[in-house]
This record gives sequence, C-alpha cells and structure tokens, in this order.
Amino acid sequence: MTSSLTASGQEQPCRLYPMGEAALVVQFGDVISPEIFSRVQALSCLLEQHPFPGFVEQVPAFTTVTVYYNPKEHKLSVGGSTPFQQVARLVKGLLEHLPAPFELTAPEIKRIPVCYGGDFGPDLQFVAQTNGLTPEEVVALHTQAEYLVYMIGFAPGFPYLGGMNERIAAPRKASPRASIPAGSVGIAGNQTGIYPLETPGGWQLIGRTPVPLFNPNAASPSLLKAGDVIKFYPITASEFKNWKETGIDES
Amino acid sequence: MSLKVEKAGLLTTVQDLGRVGYQKVGVVVSGAMDTVAHRVANLLVGNEEGAATLEFTLLGPTLRFEADHLICMTGASFSSRINGKPAASWRPVWVKEGAVLEIGRAKNGARGYLALAGGIQVPESMNSASTYLRAGIGGLNGKALQEGALIPCGNAAFTGSSYLLKDRSDQEGFAQVNWYPAPELLPAYQENPTIRVVKGPEYDWFTSESQKAFWEQPFNLTSQSDRMGYRVEGPEIVLKEKRELLSTAVTFGTIQVPAQGNPIVLMADHQTTGGYPRIAQVISADLPILAQTLPGKQIKFQEVSLEEAYQLYFRQEQNIEQIKRAISVKLIR
Repeated sequence: MTSSLTASGQEQPCRLYPMGEAALVVQFGDVISPEIFSRVQALSCLLEQHPFPGFVEQVPAFTTVTVYYNPKEHKLSVGGSTPFQQVARLVKGLLEHLPAPFELTAPEIKRIPVCYGGDFGPDLQFVAQTNGLTPEEVVALHTQAEYLVYMIGFAPGFPYLGGMNERIAAPRKASPRASIPAGSVGIAGNQTGIYPLETPGGWQLIGRTPVPLFNPNAASPSLLKAGDVIKFYPITASEFKNWKETGIDES
Repeated sequence: MSLKVEKAGLLTTVQDLGRVGYQKVGVVVSGAMDTVAHRVANLLVGNEEGAATLEFTLLGPTLRFEADHLICMTGASFSSRINGKPAASWRPVWVKEGAVLEIGRAKNGARGYLALAGGIQVPESMNSASTYLRAGIGGLNGKALQEGALIPCGNAAFTGSSYLLKDRSDQEGFAQVNWYPAPELLPAYQENPTIRVVKGPEYDWFTSESQKAFWEQPFNLTSQSDRMGYRVEGPEIVLKEKRELLSTAVTFGTIQVPAQGNPIVLMADHQTTGGYPRIAQVISADLPILAQTLPGKQIKFQEVSLEEAYQLYFRQEQNIEQIKRAISVKLIR
C-alpha cells in the first residue's frame, strides 16, 4: 500500500505495510537523512500525543515508524475491512497533520561527559593511528560534533548516533571483546555509540562516561530517546571517579 | 503466602504478558513464550489473564507449599507429582500447606506454566513482572529461579472452595477437578509442526528458488534456540542481490535471514530492532505451537494471507472467551 500524502503543501510519499497482524510500518524512505528522520520523529510524537483506540506502542527507526496495535480493538468488520486496514486509515489521518520539519521545536542539546583514553579508552591510540591523527585530535573531533539520536535499539538505551566526523572513522575489532563495561564510548566504521549495559562488542573503545544511560527503576529508564541531540565533553579520570561516587558533575 | 523453591529446574522464570511501551528505548518485551497456556492457566485459578506465572523449561522446579494454594499447570505435559502422586495439567488443583510439587521432565513440548490463585507478586519493573535475563530486569531480582528462594503470592479470589476441592484434599494433601478445557479450544501442539506465516516486508528481496525452498522444504530447529530466537537450518535462503536493510523494528515471530542464509525466528525476548531482511512473520495463532517446539525437531512453513491470519487470531480469542465462560459455569458461588 503506497500513499502520497500532502504535508504542509509538499508532496511527501510514504509506504504503509503490515508486519503480522498486530503491527503497521510507515516507511518514509530508504536512506539515512535528517530530512527523512524529521518526518519519522514528527509521526512518532503525533502518535504519542494522539494514540488511537487499540494503540499499543510505536518504535521509531532511521526511516520507519512501526506502530503496534491490539487487533482485538478493530474487529473484522462486516464490510471485510481488516484491523490493518482500519489502523492504516487512522494512521493516514495522523499523517495528514504531520507538521513540517521547521515546525518542530529544536531539541535541547544533552551534554555527556567522557573520560577519553587510558583504561577507559584502550583503543584511542588505534583510532588516532588509523587516521594519522594524535589522540588529542581524535578527542577534539569527537567532542566538536553534535550527534542526532536516530533510534534506540540493539540493547536497552543503546543510541544509534548520526553526525560523526569521518576523519575519526575506524573499523570494528577483528574479534569482539567478551565484555565491554557499561558507559563505554566507541567507534565502529562511521558510527559512534555508547554501551548502556555491560555486553560483548566489537567497537573500538575511545572513552567512558560515568553517566548511566539506562536505569530500569527510573520513570524514564533511558537517558536518551530518538530525536535527541547530544554533544560529548572531556573530563579527567578524577572527575570520572568523583562522578561515579557522588553522581555530581564537578567539571 | 509463598512457595519455597527446593529445586530450581533447568530454566524457570517469572513471566507475564510482557513489558509493553518501552521498545522505543530498546527494552525487549519478554513475557510468556506460550501466551495461550499462560493465559488459560491464570483463568483456571481466577486470575487476570496477564497475572505473573512461572514458566519452566524441559525440567521443571520442585516447590514446597508454605500455605494452601489453588494452582494450575498448563503448556507442555510434564511428569508432575504432588506428594509423589501424579498431578494433572490444564486443571485447577487445590494444594495444602506442606505439600511438595515436583514438576519433573517434559514428556512432550518445551515449556510449562504454573499459575497460582492471586498471582506471583514480584516488584514490577517498567510495568511488568517478566524476567529478562540478559539485562537482569524483572522477576525475582532479574534472575531465573534459584534454590532456596521464596516465591511470594498475592491474595487469591479463588480457593479450593471455588471448585468444591477443599474437603477432598485432606488425605493426599491435594485435590484436582475432573474436567479440563476441550483440547479443540487450545493450540494443536505438534512435535514437528507446520507453522503458518504471512510474507514479510522483504519477501521479494529473495531469489525465487529461495522462496520456493522456504515453503517446500523443512527446517531443523538447532540447539542455538532460546527465548530470544530460534535458529533454523534448511535450504539456503539467499537474496537476489546484496542489499542492506536499515535497522527497523522487529517483533515476536519475525523470521529474519542473516547473510549466511539460515533463518532466525524471533521469540519473546527478541531485540526491538534488527537489520536483516524479513522473509516472513509467524501468525499469532501459531506462536504457542512454535514456543513448544524442541531443538532437533523439524518445522515447515506454510503461507496464509493476512486475512486468514486475522480469522485464525480471532478464532483463538473466541476459544479463550469460551474457556472463560466454561469456567464461570464450573464455579461454585
């Protein structure tokens, strides 16, 4: 099912298709771009603000919003319309009210402290060498950029970030580490990311943040959500230690 | 009001119908693998369908009752005994304080459920009691059942009197009703099942030979199969051309195909997003059957339309409604 929907006077094609009996996918495109993502973000917000009857949850990703619903709320009607068709109609209704990107409020920048290098970033030297830079230059480039959180996936609270400078790109480790401490900041290819929980992983580790990214007992368990913009800033090992002990930013 | 764990079993966890609403921040849903067995177990002891139960796997736990409880076991058949005497599945059982329930080995299928009237009361994490072991969330301190643990239970609406069992339990330490839900209202568990699926969003990305093989040839369920996903082996399933899928949401029953060509069927502990092409989606009505399939067994996939999938879904829901009505008729008020 392909539909061309007009939002704010512009022709904006998108595709709606089912994923089983209880999910509908809205796909806005095939490439990672801030423009496509702004539409993902806009629909994601609209669904949270105006949930339709039977809405369960929505999961934004690079180019898609997947909408989970309870088919029981949309009985097979006499006219033969399926719950998917009924939900598709409701979602199309929302798409007609999709705000244009310039109408979205710019997100606040979340600043994340990172202690770079040393035991916290054992691969900082490797990333520097790979790119013919000094470790200090890698840190400068990593902290300069603003990163857009495109989606959270792979693990609870794990952000997929866009916006890293390609001059600090580095291949994954040939053999993944069995365990990476929570808070580790890494680089894999053109991507940078933060590990919220201790997991195995193959990213090149350049530093670590003392800020917990995921707390299952908090009202909002994930520090980050899709659509956030973050910026890293360097802290010293003693600031890191202080932070861990007191939970207070003294930098 | 609690049970004491004398033996933990192979993998016993507290599960409900899952942690809904947090997939957008990467939190997996979890919950019972065989949701029909879980829901019916709860209904038979007078709980809400979504109350927390124990899910046990292949070898069940041994539990000592520290109070009188109305219980029900469902799912796969296990060689369960109470005080050494056989105990039936899919029936409410009134168990007296001091009795010992040994659930034993699965006789067929993979997973069983134990519901207690009043439900298992553990602190909820993100609105759910479900245990998610990889992140240590939910259940009893985020872990599988451990020997010596106490399982706390809530206040029961139903007791042994609800089914006239109280007076009959004195001699053996337990009593069970002599009826059970009609099997035709329940999922048709099969050892080597045919699983019905609808085509996935990337079905057309695969070669026509792969598509044909997917429908016609059986797949073996490998030992790399757990609550997160089942790896299956069979004919090689390949793409027409190398193509990257941007990570997007996946769900319980999504069949994705990594580059090496062996499909993975995502189960209750599935990750929230994935980047492998999705060849098919298991229909809701057949997920309980898949949940009971053992490694080493064979699966065949059969295509149904989305419309048929909805009909089968609504039939299953009607069957559960019918079980609910039948229970209300059996109740002594």
